[in-house]
Amino acid sequence: MTGIVIIGSGLGGYSLARELRRLDPAVAITMVTADGGELYSKPMLSAAFAQGKDVQALAQKTARQMEGELGLTVVTRQRVTAIDRAAKRVVLGSGEAIAYGRLVLAMGADPRPYRVEGSEEVTVHTVNDLDDYAAWRDGLVPQGRVLLIGAGLIGSEFANDLTTAGQRVTVVDPAPWPLGRLLPRELGEELATALGGIGVTFRLGRSITRLDPGKAVLDDGSVVAFDKALSAIGLVPRTALAAAAGLVVDKGIVVDRWLRTSDPAIFALGDCAQTEAGPLPFVLPLMAEAKALAATLAGRETALSLPALPVVVKTPALPVAVCPPVPGATGEWVVSGEGRDRKALFVGADGQPLGFALSGSFTAERQPLAKEMPDLL
Amino acid sequence: MKKYVCVVCGFVYDPAIGMPEDGIPAGTAFEDIPDDWCCPDCGVSKSDFELQEG
Ligand SMILES: Cc1cc2nc3c(=O)[nH]c(=O)nc-3n(C[C@H](O)[C@H](O)[C@H](O)COP(=O)(O)OP(=O)(O)OC[C@H]3O[C@@H](n4cnc5c(N)ncnc54)[C@H](O)[C@@H]3O)c2cc1C
Ligand SMILES: [Zn+2]
Repeated sequence: MTGIVIIGSGLGGYSLARELRRLDPAVAITMVTADGGELYSKPMLSAAFAQGKDVQALAQKTARQMEGELGLTVVTRQRVTAIDRAAKRVVLGSGEAIAYGRLVLAMGADPRPYRVEGSEEVTVHTVNDLDDYAAWRDGLVPQGRVLLIGAGLIGSEFANDLTTAGQRVTVVDPAPWPLGRLLPRELGEELATALGGIGVTFRLGRSITRLDPGKAVLDDGSVVAFDKALSAIGLVPRTALAAAAGLVVDKGIVVDRWLRTSDPAIFALGDCAQTEAGPLPFVLPLMAEAKALAATLAGRETALSLPALPVVVKTPALPVAVCPPVPGATGEWVVSGEGRDRKALFVGADGQPLGFALSGSFTAERQPLAKEMPDLL
Repeated sequence: MKKYVCVVCGFVYDPAIGMPEDGIPAGTAFEDIPDDWCCPDCGVSKSDFELQEG
């Protein structure tokens, strides 16, 4: 039987390859990746600057080292341009084709592009992989002025990291407080105060109406001058290749409990996939997906089960942990504690807690509290 | 000895097992692991581990 082909060398692709190799020492694995194939920790991208880490320090293993360690072939800097499901092969940018017995899509997500009047004339960075990180770090001047668009989870982490590293950061977001979709007002305002305390300038409840090189005009007419601009306004699962091959896609590539797409020979995991619990663009579910899928591919059909998912926000200025309720859940926030130390439970109509947000000393309750939340899958 | 869990991916460091492949022999307390050690599963730094409850 022809082997397994994995598209993508992120944590999804490499975790699957590692788990699969543990279970099946013999199966042929070929990985095709558009990037350099280095093993790196994507969560470190928004925490690495203050630790003084450059791209070399972030790249933990080269593709060649991974080939040796896991006994697979990694084809780097090659984009898969088409999936030929009838012939069971993927077509690369070079024109070469690779046959597969089973195919795994671990293609990740694209940063949502930021567009506003004038944005074509201005370099607005996004940081979603090592190449992006190198481009962003290149030309950052000491005490530079950074315009950061988006105060969500990744934007807030970057604001903390860059400020700790001495950059002067202004964050613009139309939401009234950071992490607007994950935190109730009380915790969001504490986070804004804490980040403000280390030197972050917030322009909340505001949007940019126009970008010019070196300056942004906001909707109240004020101007923010900057040396470099970074946008963190969300991620969009990469579905185009799957859709072009006729696979069912929605927000992400739709998979069942076995991580199977609408083609029984093709699977998906990580940021590109949409599970029955929706897209889950975090490492914890990705690891569970890799383990379940590896077992299935090794011949032991294993359904994905996922407990509630607590996410630690990397904002040392105020430690925060969130466990978001499933999208569309109805209920209300019940907040206790005071100052930096707060505990918020998202409580459904029947009194059952569905999710939570914790700050300060309450983040220590994250693990036991997560066990009380309903399972995702 | 106490176990530590990676807050990003859930990997558990068990001192009874150590990380022989990283040159950390069985019996090494978490506190004695070098500071530049990284999570073997997701690669975040040692500072992203916390004490496992229970
Ligand atoms: C700054 C930042 C901080 C984060 N912090 C956290 C955190 O603290 N905790 C947490 O749980 N999660 C965090 N996340 C999310 C987490 O990092 C991601 O969910 C996870 O890394 C996704 O891995 P992946 O393998 O699915 O995708 P990716 O790592 O994006 O990998 C996708 C791969 O597919 C390849 N590819 C794409 N298209 C093609 C093609 N056509 N042909 C060939 N190759 C292709 C790419 O080159 C790449 O190798 C963070 C994300 C970011 C951006
Ligand atoms: Zn980890």
